[in-house]
Amino acid sequence: MAAVAQQSTSFVIEEFLAREHAKDLVRFTTAGSVDDGKSTLIGRLLVDSQNVYEDQLNAVARASVNHSAGPIDFSLLTDGLRAEREQGITIDVAYRYFATARRKFIIADTPGHEQYTRNMATGASTADVAVILIDARNGVLQQSRRHAYIASLLGIPNFAIAVNKMDAVGYREPVFRAIENEFHQFLQRLTAPHVYFLPISALEGDNVVRRSRNMPWFEGPSLLEFLESVPVHHRTRAADFRFPVQRVIRPNQDFRGYAGQVVSGSIRPGDSVLVLPSGLRSRVKSIETFDGPLEEAVPPLSVTLTLEDELDISRGDMLASSQRPPHAARRFDASMVWLNEQALDLSHPYLLKHTCQSVPAEVTAVKYRVNVSTLEHEPADRLEMNEIGVVHIETGRPIYFDAYSHNRSTGSLILIDPATNATVGAGMILAPVTAERERPRPEGDVLRDERITPIERISRYRHNGEAISLGDRRSLAWLLERKLFDRGCAVTVVEKASEQTLAALEDAGLLVLVVSGECADWDLPQGDAEAAAFVIAALEERETLLRPESLTGRERL
Amino acid sequence: MSQPGHLRLLEAESVHILREVASEFQRPVLLYSIGKDSSALLRLAQKAFYPAPIPFPLLHIDTTYKFREMIEFRDRYTTEIGAKLIVHTNREAIDENANPFKLGTSRCCALLKTKALLDGLRQGNFDAAIGGARRDEEKSRAKERIFSFRDDRGQWDPKNQRPELWNLFNGCIQRGESLRIFPLSNWTEMDVWQYIHTENIPIVPLYFAQDREVLVRGDSLILLEQPFIPLLPGEKPQRVRCRMRSLGCSPCTGAIRSDADTVPKIIEELVSFRRSERENRVIDHDQEGSMEIKKREGYF
Repeated sequence: MAAVAQQSTSFVIEEFLAREHAKDLVRFTTAGSVDDGKSTLIGRLLVDSQNVYEDQLNAVARASVNHSAGPIDFSLLTDGLRAEREQGITIDVAYRYFATARRKFIIADTPGHEQYTRNMATGASTADVAVILIDARNGVLQQSRRHAYIASLLGIPNFAIAVNKMDAVGYREPVFRAIENEFHQFLQRLTAPHVYFLPISALEGDNVVRRSRNMPWFEGPSLLEFLESVPVHHRTRAADFRFPVQRVIRPNQDFRGYAGQVVSGSIRPGDSVLVLPSGLRSRVKSIETFDGPLEEAVPPLSVTLTLEDELDISRGDMLASSQRPPHAARRFDASMVWLNEQALDLSHPYLLKHTCQSVPAEVTAVKYRVNVSTLEHEPADRLEMNEIGVVHIETGRPIYFDAYSHNRSTGSLILIDPATNATVGAGMILAPVTAERERPRPEGDVLRDERITPIERISRYRHNGEAISLGDRRSLAWLLERKLFDRGCAVTVVEKASEQTLAALEDAGLLVLVVSGECADWDLPQGDAEAAAFVIAALEERETLLRPESLTGRERL
Repeated sequence: MSQPGHLRLLEAESVHILREVASEFQRPVLLYSIGKDSSALLRLAQKAFYPAPIPFPLLHIDTTYKFREMIEFRDRYTTEIGAKLIVHTNREAIDENANPFKLGTSRCCALLKTKALLDGLRQGNFDAAIGGARRDEEKSRAKERIFSFRDDRGQWDPKNQRPELWNLFNGCIQRGESLRIFPLSNWTEMDVWQYIHTENIPIVPLYFAQDREVLVRGDSLILLEQPFIPLLPGEKPQRVRCRMRSLGCSPCTGAIRSDADTVPKIIEELVSFRRSERENRVIDHDQEGSMEIKKREGYF
């Protein structure tokens, strides 16, 4: 009898586990203004999809602060900090987890206060879907536009615009349609993701989990139905292969593997890869994991790759598709969300973290600030906390990246203030500035893949293209040209050149030694020989010149 | 290759975090609590560095009131997988006979857990402590970063946390400061159990139902391991089929009535049984927001 019971039990559980195993994972963020009812919505999603434990619900029913939120204050399920419960507001990003029969969800619940924009950006950075709440009574507010703009800036591919508190406006369709029309016009000015508008009442549960009986005029799926069916995960896999090297795994002389996460594309043994920054090519020998070798690795799996050739590769390097490599540049433009009370300072050195490497960086210019209500560009020379702008960044050595709009992993960066160690800025790279200028080309250019990429130039010349200002030191320039030439560099001296000419020479991958009345890039030693040695060391330091020994056996880890 | 399921996605994220810690810090340590989350974390650490060994030691803060089976399991399993284990105890407090009945749970935890942990980390000069806490465990944990900053006294300031975007973690600290790292942040209790099942990860037998001698106090079943637990008038231990839902110190962690003696049965129980797992921990319910208070002071 016991054996029979156990058998039937294990049969059911195995089915359950098989179903669970197939579930994917979707991350969404919720944003709304103060009192739009975000926490109530999340509470409702959790409770109505039966994801709240009894004891948690009882504890919430016992302690009620925010009586306006209804008989059971669902927001108490998510507001975890004491200050939040005391003030009845949400201060920090709260992560919540729930599952339905189809999917597992991670919610980043972000506060709506203007001063907490940074939290919204934090929650949005990893989200597949943005749920933006608008209070039906108040209509589209500046906050709503701000939330949509940040969500779009952070590349969230799907939006659900939930017009909440429909119960408070008598569930009237015209209220919903007016908000839909107004906000739709605004959204058209953003990099438009997939957008779904719906009327809900989080308090009463209309169109949250179950479709509303109070709004027969609306026939679309409920919010949960939308979340359960919206497609995610496809874009990264279709993108070009990128594999930032996190760590070299070398347990003994016979094994040398490169540990990292496949952030985009996919990889199989035998595939050709380009190694950056060395510019060398190799083939993947195997994809190693604790559970045995894999035939293929797709995003976002963390694996260890071995290559057919013994190359010097270390943390911060990147393995990439050799047909479609990333950009390589030391200067680029990025959208920047400023996160810190100390404003962005153009004279301040920052540490820039991108994929698995940190490099010294400067923000050399604020090109403009974005007015998030009007989306207009305003002139600015700094960014204050919670402001968003486009800036020009210069790094101490080249980084390997894609535009954020193409690749959220290789296009994102954070700035750290080395004086306080605070994370002060979040950047989304737009495009390189000088190293690779997109040249106009006819539509349907069949030679697209034949064009010379910066990476190819670097792997031939063993250096990046760069204009180096030597002030008025003409004799130094000629000496340096000889030394660099003997080393195999493509180098030239120019005395008078326009910005455009210099940029073109840099694009061609040349080292350009500029003699002019302007200041040198460094405080140079007096003697030419010392100064030449100094410049070469400085160029090696910032990896403009790849060190000769970087071809073999260097182990940075 | 088909789209990886949620466990593979969570695993990939945790492995990424573990590799970042090992690469960005001088002296990381994994805080090993012997529970199921620690077991999952240990497996993830094995995976992260395979075929190399786990490149950091494990630290167990032993209050001396852990269940005997936990200690046996700890010593056997860490040896088996070749991990380096450090055990730290607040000897001074134990010598003064610190226990929850004498001091109350708050004070006892502060001495045997929080102080012992801070001392253990200081003695080892550890700059990053990896823990198995999950955000779904408790409300204040839901707001904690994956790389969570601690000042030079080991304290957490929930209102002044570093923004954490994408998977770009900021591991920069001054001397004396440290980070707590939570690779399982995005896992739920259900995820951990499913992972233990699919990966066949060994866990302490206390998680499995068996007839045990307990004191029945309301919904709490207290296992009789320590001599100092005062019996109420007329109270007698009873034999009850039960198991532990989470493992802590034996006087403060209750068992639940259960027949679940395999991992699938535990999962089945979880599905039907909607109570959160820390409910049977006496210490979290001392006062509203008590976990937040402990964490601010340096508790995990």
